[in-house]
Amino acid sequence: MTATATSARSDLSELGRSETALRTFLHGLPGVDQVGAEQRAAQLGTRSIKTTAKAQAIDLAIRMVDLTTLEGADTPGKVRALAAKALRPDPADPSCPHVGAVCVYPAMVPHVAEVLRGSGVHLASVATAFPSGQAPLEIKLADTRAAVEAGADEIDMVINRGAFLAGRYSEVHDEIVATKDACGDAHLKVILETGELATYDNVRRASWLAMLAGGDFIKTSTGKVPVAATLPVTLVMLEAVRDFRAATGRQVGVKPAGGIKTTKDAIKYLVMVNETVGADWLDPDWFRFGASSLLNDLLMQRTKLTTGVYPGPDYFTLD
Amino acid sequence: MFEYAPAPESRAIVDIRPTYGLFINGEFVDGGDPHKSINPATEEVLAEVSWADAADVDRAVRAAREAYDRVWGPMPGRDRAKYLFRIARLIQERSRELAVLESLDNGKPIRESRDVDLPLVAAHFFYYAGWADKLEYAGFGGRPTSQHSGPQPRPLGVAAQVIPWNFPLLMLAWKIAPALAAGNTVVLKPAETTPLTALLFAEICQQADLPAGVVNIVTGAGETGRALVEHPGVDKVAFTGSTEVGRAIARAVAGTRKKLTLELGGKAANIVFDDAPVDQAVEGIVNGIFFNQGHVCCAGSRLLVQESVADRVLESLKRRMAQLRVGDPLDKNTDIGAINSAAQLARIREISDSGSAEGAERWSPPCELPERGFWFAPTVFTGVTQAHRIAREEIFGPVLSVLTFRTPAEAVEKANNTPYGLSAGIWTDKGSRILWLADRLRAGVVWANTFNKFDPTSPFGGYKESGYGREGGRHGLEGYLNV
Repeated sequence: MTATATSARSDLSELGRSETALRTFLHGLPGVDQVGAEQRAAQLGTRSIKTTAKAQAIDLAIRMVDLTTLEGADTPGKVRALAAKALRPDPADPSCPHVGAVCVYPAMVPHVAEVLRGSGVHLASVATAFPSGQAPLEIKLADTRAAVEAGADEIDMVINRGAFLAGRYSEVHDEIVATKDACGDAHLKVILETGELATYDNVRRASWLAMLAGGDFIKTSTGKVPVAATLPVTLVMLEAVRDFRAATGRQVGVKPAGGIKTTKDAIKYLVMVNETVGADWLDPDWFRFGASSLLNDLLMQRTKLTTGVYPGPDYFTLD
Repeated sequence: MFEYAPAPESRAIVDIRPTYGLFINGEFVDGGDPHKSINPATEEVLAEVSWADAADVDRAVRAAREAYDRVWGPMPGRDRAKYLFRIARLIQERSRELAVLESLDNGKPIRESRDVDLPLVAAHFFYYAGWADKLEYAGFGGRPTSQHSGPQPRPLGVAAQVIPWNFPLLMLAWKIAPALAAGNTVVLKPAETTPLTALLFAEICQQADLPAGVVNIVTGAGETGRALVEHPGVDKVAFTGSTEVGRAIARAVAGTRKKLTLELGGKAANIVFDDAPVDQAVEGIVNGIFFNQGHVCCAGSRLLVQESVADRVLESLKRRMAQLRVGDPLDKNTDIGAINSAAQLARIREISDSGSAEGAERWSPPCELPERGFWFAPTVFTGVTQAHRIAREEIFGPVLSVLTFRTPAEAVEKANNTPYGLSAGIWTDKGSRILWLADRLRAGVVWANTFNKFDPTSPFGGYKESGYGREGGRHGLEGYLNV
C-alpha cells in the first residue's frame, strides 16, 4: 500500500457505512491469478525442512493447533478428554508444549472450561449457527453471547456466504460487526468458508471484508463442506493480512482449518507463513491450525526426532 | 524466527571420473589437451576434460556421416523412435544423478535442475520420439494429400550443434532430440565450463545401445566450435549462445550448403499494467530475472511497470527479493546458486557498475555470499532510462532494470526498442489487452500472466538479433528436415 498508515486508517473505517463504498473498495483490490497463486503455493511446498528446523516447526505447530471436535455425537466426557489432551498432548514427554486452543460447540463449552481454567490453553467455540450460518441474526448473536458467557474466549463465526455471493457486502459486514460486539472481550475468528466462495478473488475480498468489520482472525473453513483449507487459499489470505496491516497498522491472524492431517502438511503451511508474512505471524497468537488428527501425527514425528524411533499409532491417545 | 537447517542433496549418487575423453563413434577416445571443469560454487576441480582439436572434430564428423549413411538415415522412423523413447526413459531413471551433476558443474540450484531442467529434458526426448515415424504428417510435405503433397521430408545429414552453459543438458535435449527424430546424426559441442552432463548423456547413449556415431560429443571452447561449424562435412549448424558468436557463425556458414538456426541473446520486457494481479506479477518478475541466476536468454531483464502502480509493485518486489535464498546450489532450499564462471561474474559486475555510474539507483536485499566461488546478489536498478547500458545490453545475470510507462502504446514502444526480440511478458487482468499487445510485441515468445514457461510442444525462437529458426514443437522439426 502506498498510502501512509494513518490516512489509510481513517479512509478504511468509513467503508463499512456505505454499500457502494464497500463494493468499490473490494472490487478495486488487485486480482488474483489462479495459475500463479497455485504455482507459488506448490513451489513453497517443495522446501525441505529437516533436523533442527523440523523440530522447531513441529513444536510451533503443536502450539498452534486448535484441537477440534465438532460432532453431533460430542458428549461432556468426550470433550473433557480432548481438553485433557490439549493440556498434555504427549503424556510420556513433559517437554511437549500444550496446544493453542480447544474448539467445540457452544453446548460443550462449560465442560471444557472446567478442565482448561488457568492453563493458558484458549477455549474456542463455534457460533452463529455453525456451519451453515443460515439463521436469523438475533439467534446467531444469542448463540455467540451464550458461548462467551459459558467461558469461551475465542469465537469462530461463519459469514453469510449467501449474502456475500449475492454481492450484499454490507449485510455480511454488519453481521460481523454485530457478532464482534456480542463477543465482548473474546477474540473473533471469521470463517470465510472458502470452499463455497470458489474463486481466489472472492477469498481476497471476503478476507478484507472480515478484517474491515473487525475480525481478529480470518479462518478458511468449517470443515463441513467438501473443500476445506488449501495452500493457495491460505496464501491469498496471508497476503490479505499482510496488506491489511500495511494499510491500517492492525495485525490479523490466519487459521486454515480442515484437511490438514500430517506434519508434512503443517510444515508447508509454516513455510508459507514464514516466506509470505514473516516471523510476526509465526506465533499461536497469529496463526492456528484447525485440526483434530493432525496433532497425533505431529506427536509421532516429534517422538521420532527425539528418540530416533518411529512409534506406532497405539502409543498416542485417541480421543 | 524460523531458520531452515541445511538440506543438502547428496552428491554420492553421481560418480565423476577424474578425466574424460571425447565421445566419438560410440566410445570415449582420447582427445586434445585436458582442461579442468570446476564447480563454480566452490572453485573445486570436478574433472579434467579433453578439448577437441580440428583433427578430433574431423573424426567425429566422419563418424556421424558414416552412421548417417549406413544406419540412422535408412532406419525406419518407428525404429529411431524406439531408441529415443529408451533414452527418454533412461534420463528419467537417472534424473537425480543428472540433476546433481548439472548443479555441480553449472552452479544452478538443485531445486531448479531437479524440478525444471530434468523433467523438461526427458519431456523433449519423449515428445520428439513421438514424431520420428510421423514426419510426413508434420505439415512440411508428404503423405496426407497423396501425390499433390510434394516430396517426403528428408533428413539433412550431419548436424553440428553448439550449445551454451546456462542449461547444459536442456539445450542438448533441444538440439539432439529433434535432430535424431528427423533422421540426422549429430556432433555436439557443449560449453567449455559445463561439459559434464553431456558426457554423462554419452554414457546414456551407450546404455541405450544407440548405434555408434549417431551422437558424438566433442568438448572444447571456441576453437573447437569453430572447427565444427566450419567443417565441410556438416549439413546443418544449430547454435545457441551469444549474438556476437552467432554473427560469426552466420558469416562462416554464408555461401555454403549448410542450413543454419540460431538462438541468441535477449533483453526481454516484462510489462506490468495497473490492473495486474500484483502478487503473481511479482512472482513472475522474480522468476523472470532470478531463475537460473538470470543466465537465461529469454530472461525478463527489463521490467516495464505502469507508473501508477510502480511504487506498489517495487515495494512488493523488494519484500519478495528479501526472501530469496542465495547459496549452496546443492541445498534443496536454495533459490539462487552460483554464477557460472569468473568471466561471467566479471561481466555482470562491469555492466552493473555502469548502471550505478550512469545514474540508476541500485538495490540488493541483505544477503551473505559465500567466500569461495562466484556469487552475485540479486539486484534491481530503478530510475533506469532507455539510454542506460543496463537497459540495452544483455547482462545474463541476476540484475533487473526497472523502467516505467504511462500508456499501452508507450509500453509497446519501449518493449520493442531493442535490437533483440526473444521473449516478452504481459501482466494484466484484461484479456483483450493481452491480445492487442501480443500482436504488437516483436518477440518470439509472449507470455501472459506467467513467465519462463517451457514445453516441448511449444516452439521457441527469436525475432531480430535474437536469432532465426524455431526449436520445440512441430516447428522444431523444420530445422532438421529438407522440406
